[in-house]
Amino acid sequence: MKVGVIVFPGSNCDRDMYHVLTDVFKVDAQYFWHEKKLPSNLDAIILPGGFSYGDRLRAGVIAAHSPVISDVKRLASRGMPVLGVCNGFQILVEAGLLPGVLLKNTSLGFMCKWTHLIVENNKTLFTNRLKIGQKIPIPIANGEGRYYADEQTLAELKKNNQIVFRYGEEINGSTMRIAGVCNKEGNVVGMMPHPERAVEPQINPIDCKPASLIFESLFNTIGVTH
Amino acid sequence: MSTYTVHVTIENKPGINDPEGETILNDLVLKGNYSSVTKIRSAKMLKFTIKEKDKKSAEKKVRKLCDELRIYNPMVSQITVDVF
Repeated sequence: MKVGVIVFPGSNCDRDMYHVLTDVFKVDAQYFWHEKKLPSNLDAIILPGGFSYGDRLRAGVIAAHSPVISDVKRLASRGMPVLGVCNGFQILVEAGLLPGVLLKNTSLGFMCKWTHLIVENNKTLFTNRLKIGQKIPIPIANGEGRYYADEQTLAELKKNNQIVFRYGEEINGSTMRIAGVCNKEGNVVGMMPHPERAVEPQINPIDCKPASLIFESLFNTIGVTH
Repeated sequence: MSTYTVHVTIENKPGINDPEGETILNDLVLKGNYSSVTKIRSAKMLKFTIKEKDKKSAEKKVRKLCDELRIYNPMVSQITVDVF
């Protein structure tokens, strides 16, 4: 089994993600530069956080036109698990793989702090080991993390159970405190907080088990036991 | 072919709040005693220089590329296009 970690110019959480996959969870992972083709024998794709193209124009919009995105779209349409974290979430939204949009935080500033998530949907490929309502201590680190969906999109999200995570507190002005959403099929998930920064006791001051379950849900999905 | 300058102003739609404009209004302009100012909306402007046969096709080409390449996000933003 192999997880592909996509690297864009300006990605900066790709190493953290690779480290967590290979050193913490002992699964095979490989970096893929955004101009490369993706092999179809991957088991999952992760778009890591960072500042692709320096957030020029709008966070994620330029990376969303990268050559690799057409492969991500093709593989996602076949049901491959795809996770976008932070800038990866922004890219998935700008690429049209996930609904909504991420706007500047109401604070107007870059926010870097610990918060917690509440699990809203445990049927996705990345949340099937979690319980509805479960709390996940996790850090955010973003400037454009305010999730926004218009009324029609929000109604669709609710109808199709596409709201995956909500913040446990009012944090950045996101619509309904939404922190993560999925596509209708539940195989593509995007989230603003950083699970890869929350799975090791050395750097998680609260509890690293809940965030670990996001990764373990993926491994459960693709048949890897831990 | 002539050269045209096309200004594309990208701003949040009326219903979408604009914390940057609000901060400039409340924490700079009103505190600076310009009390007749009632609203500020922030925007981003891109200035295109483009070679096209006439003004109309310059505007059309720029509008097309803004839509196709998602220069603005239609869920939250709108554009105003001015050709010079």
